[in-house]
Amino acid sequence: MSESKEHVIPFRTYALIFGTLLGLTFITYRVALIDLGRLNVVVAVVIACTKAVLVVLFFMHAAYAPRRTRLVILAGIFWMLLLLGLTLTDYTTRPPAPDNLSPGSAPAAAYVR
Amino acid sequence: MERTGALFGQFRDLDQQRETASLGMWVFLLTELMFFGGMFLVYTIYRWKYPLAFAEGSRELDVVKGGWNTAILIGSSFTMALAVRAAQMKKRKLLCIFLASTMVLGGAFLGVKYVEYMQKFEHHLVPGANFRLNVADSAHVQIFFSLYFAMTGMHALHMIIGEGMLLLLLIYSWKGKYTGGYFAPIENGGLYWHFVDIVWIFLFPLLYLVDLHR
Repeated sequence: MSESKEHVIPFRTYALIFGTLLGLTFITYRVALIDLGRLNVVVAVVIACTKAVLVVLFFMHAAYAPRRTRLVILAGIFWMLLLLGLTLTDYTTRPPAPDNLSPGSAPAAAYVR
Repeated sequence: MERTGALFGQFRDLDQQRETASLGMWVFLLTELMFFGGMFLVYTIYRWKYPLAFAEGSRELDVVKGGWNTAILIGSSFTMALAVRAAQMKKRKLLCIFLASTMVLGGAFLGVKYVEYMQKFEHHLVPGANFRLNVADSAHVQIFFSLYFAMTGMHALHMIIGEGMLLLLLIYSWKGKYTGGYFAPIENGGLYWHFVDIVWIFLFPLLYLVDLHR
């Protein structure tokens, strides 16, 4: 039985990540107050992804995990992107279907076959 | 299959044991990712379809409470990370202090969430027969609020489960079970707690910050 080579991350690193996460939270709020048009949602998602990556790498120790574990994490993100990407290629390229929530909208006759 | 100190018999050494436990937890978290992913997908489709209704709905949410809750939850992730570190360094009291801090911060988050939910009920913003909002597209704003309650509700349920998990970990930690070199439950509990934090990191901008500038 060998001694564990478990990596103990210094307190400074955790504190730095914590501070960065709080800073990014404040920035995402401030940026939301500025009108960037369609870019608003892009900036919000990019900042959220950055925060998530920091949490995964340092709080969840992925930066120090074996390659096998990292491969599993990347596979999960890949499947998530497939789920979002492929479904959205469908929804964003169909003609808008009328729905019965809109006032005065016709029933979706054209879609009932 | 004898247990030698912290090492269970089926593993070669402590590193292999820890990596195995961690890998299993990650696989579970990926199923959780796909579970929440479905809701994020529905959110994306409806926001793309009804951007104005989503902006109207988002404006009814309390950005200050949501923002503070984000900070509180990130704080709880910080104390959870420090709890894992305390277990690594075999410091029992420090481990208990950080687990308890994480529980308190998680409880604070749920408290704020409770107040927010109460206000939504009082302001008739819960989808259904009593939904009332004086805007042009209020029917589609209900879709926003359905997603708001589904996503934050599932997130809060995960938080409540996490609080129960933390309580168990705290009791066993107090008895010194995780400061003798074996602390996989602490590490995996940490992974779960951080995952729930990440879900909120996405929920906050997507629900509270839609077209805030208008």
